[in-house]
This record gives sequence, C-alpha cells and structure tokens, in this order.
Amino acid sequence: MDDLFVKLTTRMILPFIQLYGVYVILHGHLSPGGGFSGGAIYAASIVLYTLAFGLEKGKERMPHEISSKIETGGILVYVLVGLSGIFLGYTFLTNIEAGFPIGTFGKVLSAGLIPVVTFAIGLKVMSTIVTLFHTMLEEES
Amino acid sequence: MNFRMIIENINYIGAMILFVIGLYTVLTHSNLIKKIIGINIMETSIFLFFVSIGYRKGAAAPIYESISGEGFFVNPLPAALMLTGIVVAVSITAFSLSIVIKIHEAYGTIEMDEIIKIRSVESDE
Amino acid sequence: MKKIFTFAILGGLLLVLLSSISEIPPLGEEKNPSYNEISEYYVTESVQDTGAKNIIAAIITDYRAFDTLGETTVLFTGIAAVSAMIGISHHKGKKEDQEHHG
Repeated sequence: MDDLFVKLTTRMILPFIQLYGVYVILHGHLSPGGGFSGGAIYAASIVLYTLAFGLEKGKERMPHEISSKIETGGILVYVLVGLSGIFLGYTFLTNIEAGFPIGTFGKVLSAGLIPVVTFAIGLKVMSTIVTLFHTMLEEES
Repeated sequence: MNFRMIIENINYIGAMILFVIGLYTVLTHSNLIKKIIGINIMETSIFLFFVSIGYRKGAAAPIYESISGEGFFVNPLPAALMLTGIVVAVSITAFSLSIVIKIHEAYGTIEMDEIIKIRSVESDE
Repeated sequence: MKKIFTFAILGGLLLVLLSSISEIPPLGEEKNPSYNEISEYYVTESVQDTGAKNIIAAIITDYRAFDTLGETTVLFTGIAAVSAMIGISHHKGKKEDQEHHG
C-alpha cells in the first residue's frame, strides 16, 4: 500500500519488535515464552515490512534461498546436538549426564543444552512463517 | 443448577459453548474461508479446556522464582502438551488455505453453492 | 426447515456436553486426579536435574525433547506440502475455454 503514515510508523517501530523477539528467544529458560512465541514475534516484524512496502522490497530483505537455508539449518542443529549425546556414550538427547555445563542458577548461559535447542526452534518457526507468507503472495501475481 | 456453580466452572462451560459456535459456523455458511475460521475456533476451545484442567486455587505460575515459600504450583504438564497441538493447528490452517487458492484458480469462485452448480453442469455435458 | 433441524441437533449436543461437565471435579480443587506423582516429580526435582527456572521450558526441551523434535518435523512437512501444492497450474483448462468461445 502507498500510505505515508504506515511507512513512517513501520520504519520507526520495526527494530523494537525485533529486539523484543530476540529477548524472548534468548531468555526462554528464565521467563515465560520460549522458542515458539519468540520465533512468531520475530516473523511478525518481517510480515509487517512486506505488507507496508510491497512484495519486491520484502523479497529483497529475505530472499528465498536464505530463508530455506535457515530453515534446514535449524533442524540440523537440533539433530546434531542430539547425536552428540550418542557419541559421548549415552542415549539420544541427554543433557547433564553427558557433560554439558550446568552453570550458575539464573544466568543466561546456564542449564546445559536448553538455550541451544530454544534457539534452533526459534529459527525454524521464524523461517517457516516468512516462507509461507511469501509463497502465498507470489502465487497471486 | 445454582448460580455459584456456573461462575466457578466458567472455563469449562465457555470452552463447550465455543465448540458449538465453531461447529455451527462450519455447517451453515457457504463461503470456504468462513469454514476454515470455524475449524480454528473449535481447536482453540479444546486448548482452553485442556489447559484449565491443571488449575489449582491460590497457586502461582510454574516459574521458580515468582513465589517466596508457599510451595504450590499450577500443574505444568497439560500446558506443555498443548504446545504441540497449537503447532499442528497452524499447519492445518496453512495447508487448507493453499487448497482454497487452487480451487479459486480452477473454478473462479469460492462459494460452495456456485461450485456445486458448476460441477453439476459440467458432468451433464 | 433446515435451520430448525440444525439448531435442534446443536442444542442437543450442547446439552450432552454440559451434562458431562457436571460429573468432573470443579475447577481448582485440591484433590484433582490429574495431579499425580509425575507432576510432583517435575515440580520438585526439575531445578536439580536441569537448572532452569522455567518448568515448562525444562519439560519440553529436556524431559520430553523427542516430542519437540517430532513437532518440528510437522512444521517442515506442512511447508513442504504447501510448496508442492502451489506448483500445480490450471492454465491449460482456461486456455481451452478461451479458444472455444473465441
């Protein structure tokens, strides 16, 4: 759409939405939220950019190759972290017994592999929502 | 029965009423997108019913720092099970919306009555 | 006629559902049968086992991490199905119709 107020407000408010989405993903084990809601908040900012500025500029920001590589990268990180439990001699997806550091209680870098798994889920959900939106809009033209 | 029991169990009663409203939307309207919205309303009512099974009176949210020694937490297990259900609902909505796009390309309309008329005319020829 | 029939069946369904709600224990009671020893274990032992403050995050990424892997597969399958569906085209049928009329 070609409205001036929508473009101005979108350009002002977009970094704050992305910062809030990254905060909810990274503090997934300390406060309510986690991977799914943080990924949805981050994807909502890119959908807002595509709606306000048109489809070509939105596809320039997040082209199809980059979003498909992020999506497969998310699942691969999850499976590789799980397989590292087998290589160290225990079962699939073990957390503390296989030697991941537990850290101090209440900091961001603590609790073994929980931040890594949350980050992988956040990437996956974000790229899924953006890819779905761009595929459905491109079909119409 | 009496008024106090309705106010106490308002979560369960609200979930059942939302389920019947969603079912009415699927059966009555003839626009395809309204049927998809009705399926979404039915799924939301089941999430509400399941999460409010684990509620305890006077308990705090299941995050470890937010109470100071009382010791009662809300049951976290049904809420963790329903996260999977929400993701399945999003996937089903996305796939059915892409089917609606293909139907519009093939027939030119998205009302159920007109699609049935077009198909019955085509099969008569 | 059809509307009265639809309303009657939906009203009967609502009565059946509401009468089966009155059999379950009311909301927020102490002796809830869904609060068994598994939830007790998760609430009291999760800080020692994992070290995370959020109990629900510890459940879905540590105790039941395999279910979360299956859910990620469901998201991937959904987007593969949508991409396969968009690739089918119906333009051959429309072109035949235009040649027929013109």
